[in-house]
Amino acid sequence: MRLRYSDVTPSTLYLSRRELMAGALALAAVGGDAASTTAAAPAPAGAALPATPNPAYRVDDAPTKFEAASTYNNFYEFGVNKEDPSRLGHTLKPRPWHVQVDGLVARPKTFDVEEILKLAPLEERIYLLRCVEAWSMVIPWIGYPLSALLKQAQPRPGAKYVEFTTLKDPEQFPAQKPTFFGLGSLDWPYTEGLRLDEAMHPLTLLTVGMYGHVLPNQNGAPVRVVVPWKYGFKSAKSLVRIRLTDTEPKTAWNKAAPQEYGFYSNVNPNVDHPRWSQGTERRIGEFRRRKTLMFNGYADQVASLYTGMDLKKNY
Amino acid sequence: MTARGRAALKTAVWLVALVPLAHLVWGWWTDDLTVNPIEYVTRQLGETAIRLLLATLALTPIRLLFGVSWPITLRRLLGLFAFFYVTLHFAVWIVLDHFFDWRTMGDDIAKRPWITVGVTAFLLLVPLAATSTTGMIKRLGGATWRRLHQLIYVAGVLGVLHYIWLAKKVLVQPWVYAVLLATLLGIRAWATARKLSARWIVLGSRG
Repeated sequence: MRLRYSDVTPSTLYLSRRELMAGALALAAVGGDAASTTAAAPAPAGAALPATPNPAYRVDDAPTKFEAASTYNNFYEFGVNKEDPSRLGHTLKPRPWHVQVDGLVARPKTFDVEEILKLAPLEERIYLLRCVEAWSMVIPWIGYPLSALLKQAQPRPGAKYVEFTTLKDPEQFPAQKPTFFGLGSLDWPYTEGLRLDEAMHPLTLLTVGMYGHVLPNQNGAPVRVVVPWKYGFKSAKSLVRIRLTDTEPKTAWNKAAPQEYGFYSNVNPNVDHPRWSQGTERRIGEFRRRKTLMFNGYADQVASLYTGMDLKKNY
Repeated sequence: MTARGRAALKTAVWLVALVPLAHLVWGWWTDDLTVNPIEYVTRQLGETAIRLLLATLALTPIRLLFGVSWPITLRRLLGLFAFFYVTLHFAVWIVLDHFFDWRTMGDDIAKRPWITVGVTAFLLLVPLAATSTTGMIKRLGGATWRRLHQLIYVAGVLGVLHYIWLAKKVLVQPWVYAVLLATLLGIRAWATARKLSARWIVLGSRG
């Protein structure tokens, strides 16, 4: 029998004392009103989010500490430094929030985030997260397969790709304000994309929480995707639009540096980033590097998506 | 400047130059080096090294522009501190980041231009640090020593290039250093050009 992470790591361990206290204070301050707790306590423990652990999706490694997963973030809408998102995350307002699902679908619809939370049973899945910068984490996410949402919208036969768009609002995302010659900035809004079969894959998670709670703002509140066999930047955060198309969507990092960040961006130890090796990674919280696994360890589930493709060309 | 003034100035440089190291030691002691400490320490040491290298290169332009020459007395000290931080930066890469995995590091040096230029910059600074003593200046002779120590310009350019190439293109910081370095080297070039043209005029008037 395999153990769940919660069997081996009590939440008191992966939530540091500071977070527990901050969460408790925030809850006390707003009297347990879930929606406003999220807004009032941006960083650590927001409202608890009940979810059923899905035993089919877990890893043997211990989860990364919540404190690390919520303070070491790449979320350029808040700034280019790892600590910017947790420091500035309070400017994002995850309520009210809507997600527009449209494009090549039979039933386009704009979903209220409350509706998204109830669209399918919430599962807890422990996934590996591998950043393109060669560090990694283990994170217990809460959500359900993106396919559940896409099926509701009913993709039309011509649909081949899914485009994800992150909110563009410089009031909520300070780093989206215009900069000197566009330096230190991506082309906003942040867009990402998947092939439709990748988006419909059971591993692709529409994500609303982590570590038993709603997503902290700095981790992409209120709703994001998590695609565990691809580099982290493919998992777009704070989504406002999911659009089905027949052409490959333009993606933010590909526009910024096309030789470095391809459309596929599958975790692949054999295809180096032009500037560093992807053969090893540093697991946050560990000292020595680990070997990076093909498709981030999910090869048995996703390798068949890429049969016959040259992954060096389709990086 | 009096001997006492010089001593006070050098003490101040010692204190200021050791602040970044003290900051890292304090961070290690209080477990506050971010959740990716090796990456953080490497970056801080590298950034400090570039800053000190630029400070070393700024002393002559200050003399050229403002006619104050006392900062030159700090050149050796600042240069050695720059070398000290470059060495720590390199040592952290070898020991903490790669844990003596020579094959991987060798691959990186051969395959990745930003690492190639970084290691080259370090190697260029080694003879400069080794010949920094007054005894060595005498042994080499002023002219030879000065020519050898012009390698610091190359090391400066390679160091900044190392930072530009390793960072994501959207980051601003490396370009700030590039502009600073270009300005400092530009002032020297301008002064040299003026000196040369003045000599030409002198030669011409003789003719």
